[in-house]
Amino acid sequence: MPVRGEESSVYGRYDVIVVGAGHAGCEAGLAAARMGCRTLVLTINLDNVGWMPCNPAIGGPAKSHLVREVDALGGEMGKNIDKTYVQIRMLNTRKGPAVHSLRAQADRVAYHVAMKEALEKTSNLELKQAIVTEVVSSGDRVAGVRLKTGTFIAASTVVLTTGTYLGGRIHIGEVNYESGPHGQHAASELSESLRALGFTLMRFKTGTPPRVDRRSLDFGKMEIQPGHNVFTGFSFREAPDRRDFVGVEEQIPCWLTYTSPATHEVIARNMFRAPVFSGAITGVGPRYCPSIETKVAEFPDKPRHQIFIEPEGWHTYEMYVSGLSTSLPEDVQIELLHTIPGLEHAVVMRLGYAIEYDCLDPAQLTPSLETKAMEGLFTAGQINGSSGYEEAAAQGIIAGINAALRVEGREPFILDRSDAYIGVLIDDLVTKGTHEPYRMLTTRAEYRLLLRQDNADLRLTEKGHALGLVDDEHYRKFVEKRDAILREEERLRKTVVNPGEDAQEVLAGADSASLQRPASLAELLKRPELTYRKLAPLDPERPHLPAAVVEEVELQLKYEGYISRQSEQVERFKKMEGRKIPPEIDYKAITGLSTEAREKLSKIHPYSLGQASRISGVSPADLSVLAVCLEQRRRG
Amino acid sequence: MDQETIAAISTALGESGIAIVRISGDLAIPIADRLFRPRSKGKESLKTVPSFSMHLGAIFDPQTGEKIDEVIVSVMHGPRTYTREDVVEINCHGGVAAVHRVLEVVLACGARLAAPGEFTKRAFLNGRLDLSQAEAVIDIIKARTDASLRVAMGNLSGGISASVREMRDVLLGLSASIEAAIDFPDEEIPALQPEEVLQRLEEVSTKLEELIAAAEAGKIYREGVGTVIVGKPNVGKSSLLNALLRESRAIVTDVPGTTRDAIEELLNLRGIPFRVVDTAGIRETRDEVEKLGVERTRRFLEQADLAIFVVDAHLGLSGEDREIIGELRSKRVIVAINKTDLPESDDLAELVDLLPGKRLVRMSITNGWGLAELEDAMVEAVAKGQVTPGEGVLVSNLRHKEALRRAQRSLQEARNTVVQGLPEDLLPVDLKAALDALGEITGETVDDEVVDRIFSQFCIGK
Repeated sequence: MPVRGEESSVYGRYDVIVVGAGHAGCEAGLAAARMGCRTLVLTINLDNVGWMPCNPAIGGPAKSHLVREVDALGGEMGKNIDKTYVQIRMLNTRKGPAVHSLRAQADRVAYHVAMKEALEKTSNLELKQAIVTEVVSSGDRVAGVRLKTGTFIAASTVVLTTGTYLGGRIHIGEVNYESGPHGQHAASELSESLRALGFTLMRFKTGTPPRVDRRSLDFGKMEIQPGHNVFTGFSFREAPDRRDFVGVEEQIPCWLTYTSPATHEVIARNMFRAPVFSGAITGVGPRYCPSIETKVAEFPDKPRHQIFIEPEGWHTYEMYVSGLSTSLPEDVQIELLHTIPGLEHAVVMRLGYAIEYDCLDPAQLTPSLETKAMEGLFTAGQINGSSGYEEAAAQGIIAGINAALRVEGREPFILDRSDAYIGVLIDDLVTKGTHEPYRMLTTRAEYRLLLRQDNADLRLTEKGHALGLVDDEHYRKFVEKRDAILREEERLRKTVVNPGEDAQEVLAGADSASLQRPASLAELLKRPELTYRKLAPLDPERPHLPAAVVEEVELQLKYEGYISRQSEQVERFKKMEGRKIPPEIDYKAITGLSTEAREKLSKIHPYSLGQASRISGVSPADLSVLAVCLEQRRRG
Repeated sequence: MDQETIAAISTALGESGIAIVRISGDLAIPIADRLFRPRSKGKESLKTVPSFSMHLGAIFDPQTGEKIDEVIVSVMHGPRTYTREDVVEINCHGGVAAVHRVLEVVLACGARLAAPGEFTKRAFLNGRLDLSQAEAVIDIIKARTDASLRVAMGNLSGGISASVREMRDVLLGLSASIEAAIDFPDEEIPALQPEEVLQRLEEVSTKLEELIAAAEAGKIYREGVGTVIVGKPNVGKSSLLNALLRESRAIVTDVPGTTRDAIEELLNLRGIPFRVVDTAGIRETRDEVEKLGVERTRRFLEQADLAIFVVDAHLGLSGEDREIIGELRSKRVIVAINKTDLPESDDLAELVDLLPGKRLVRMSITNGWGLAELEDAMVEAVAKGQVTPGEGVLVSNLRHKEALRRAQRSLQEARNTVVQGLPEDLLPVDLKAALDALGEITGETVDDEVVDRIFSQFCIGK
């Protein structure tokens, strides 16, 4: 709806208004404020800032990559989880450096408190409780937002991070009602406002399992899942008030149990009461996070499913029953919990439920996460069809940065598929759209070997510093680390080991073939059985270096062949990305394109030939035609 | 602009005359220089010869040292060339097989097979063609791409695409297992043992080797002039095929529409191979089985080099005939007017106007009249160059052979990764490259296939 007359706002005018204070909203607000914008973050409930309504965990494959990238850019998620975890593990340690990933169980409340504090302490940022009912426009520009109280707040840019609140509806068995997650208000009117502005909305669903009282569980029937001693957290930047790392003994373990045949029997018997099957739920749920009833229905041959019991924090008895996401009726939830070994007497503190919510078809966005239809309106997180706290945070920081850049009239900040997982995530969403809640997977990153979590700082700190999000002090430390890596790599390439008796002895000791001719330390490091540490006896002049530097040097050299192959692919990719397409191009006027290509290109309006090539239905011949047309325009 | 050097056969393929392999790009001259030996000793290298000069000599296979063909090589320096890049043209004398081999060694030396219309595209993008020609350039790219796709898909025999799909399926399954274990480390995903991975890679590799051998022998494509017999039901199409074959294989009855499936026969007329397809009549029908047949006819017609359109002299032109004529106008067509032993309908005269310039042959298949004349017409169509046997097939064959070889190389890399005991997240890099290469043959892309496979193969999720 347009601005009514000369409507003035009691709050004055903001540069950036962020609607929502979940993981996307917090990063968006922090980034915009840190870049100097007068920023307002609105949330339906101030006691839910940075809340984790589902798994109390952050990280895991691809997700920890995102967290570290957000951190390298100057975001908050990594620092915040480092301060508030109750358990931490390094996963995939035997599977190669590109997929190593950290995962931490969070103290849900502590995480919220720390995140809220970070927002409150940030200058230029105001945090306010309010329900937004309307995005107000002025022509095809955003003008501000209207609150449920009727108040209008003016802003140059608005970032929507509505999560599952947008048109939220909870389902538990035959019962369903309008609601945000866990008893919060839904944002019911906002969907209508977006539709009125011409946006296409989709309906997705997600779900969460019951929480149980740990005193009612029999851990004797479960396997313990302890954490690890992980000395480096998610953040590359030491948080000033970070306490010492939490050792395994202090950490709270998780527990593993399994569903039983009786569980499956209870589910089968009550399947007709499950809203996912009765037709009550129309929203599309994620394939990687199915409800227990879906798992039993779709994989009937699987005799049992894993159930992880995860702690929710230091100061609570609530335990999260991971793997048991469900929207079955209350009585069935309780009956089926009691069929699981160790949970026979489980006391439910919160029921599991499914929640349906509205989101935008992300093909309506540019890679800067600004909507194509309305200048100054940005969206991030679940509203863009993604799922996951980390995916939300990643989009949040990008939307916040770009809102700030828009305010300053500067070029947008875009990470591409070869820069970061963030680039893959956003490019997938805005180029291909999504038909289910989108989750980041390492397999989606074609340049995975280059986009490791260990080198996220090397990839992105420079950019974060240029944006003003990484302070000079940390930047200086980063440059030191980067230079040390380069120096050490160079030294290993130049240091030659001769095939003398000593050398052969060391190699034999490591089960490595003897030297036929002189070889550099870098060459030796490429042998799978040798490591930087094992080469120490052959390397008397080795300087003392921080572990992170050694790790990086070792990876770079060890996998050099693979890395350089991917780097060549990246070069070709960058060439295509560099061939820009002017946004005003009219695809309907290009007769040489196939009908499908013309439709898709008109919808997406790719920024480059590279992006165009990733749209399904655009063939190499269409790209050739497009290249000819671009040249035609350039000359004409 | 991508600076890859491209090469292609730039003349229509035929048994006689000169064929030209054209190379364009920075490496054009160095590549030609590696392959070319001038006839007279002491001649300078192609790298130093003046622009727009021609050189007599021969092309040698740098791997084996074997002489492939006597050639004349023209060297042209950019920007005063068609593409504005350095261009070398190799004029071969030894017919189709030789020009094909010359192209292969050029590709082996680092050139990439040009995409359809790519020389013209470069000419335009590099400013050689002016703005007014842009539309024409687009038309050329479109037309050649369509033609090349049609040829590639149409001539790939069913067995080949099936076995390429099978191989992709194995590799996809393998990728999904590895990727699922990486992305969902908590899930109960059976760990693949290295031996198992190697065995599956071996399995695919063996199949690939067989296909490459088949491609070497030119066997992955059907050979001969693609010829399709069309006409309304009961007009005598199957009888004509039988007459041509002098044997009876298709079902011939008086009930319209009994020839349900297209039947393909190889026949040899005066040394020229024809692949002749008989089809169900082209007509709208509610019968599902027959409808499939009709769709296939249209498809066969699209892929055919030559069409024989059979009409009934006695019954004259029906609505169905006219519908078929609509599909035929742009094709090479011989009209066979059958049943001239019966009294003829008047409207046959319209054929001359409806299909102008097409050869009409009057015949009676039951009496054996006009068969020799039809054969003459078919041979003539080929000999006069109206129809080029399997044009484009050799090129698609080459393209696919390259793709198969690339897949094989990627599998080799994958095997090395396993044998050396390197981390398994390195494996998907090569598996994906192999899947992409195979996908070029069947027109499939990996994109979300692995992700889809992960979720259909494993029960995942907390």
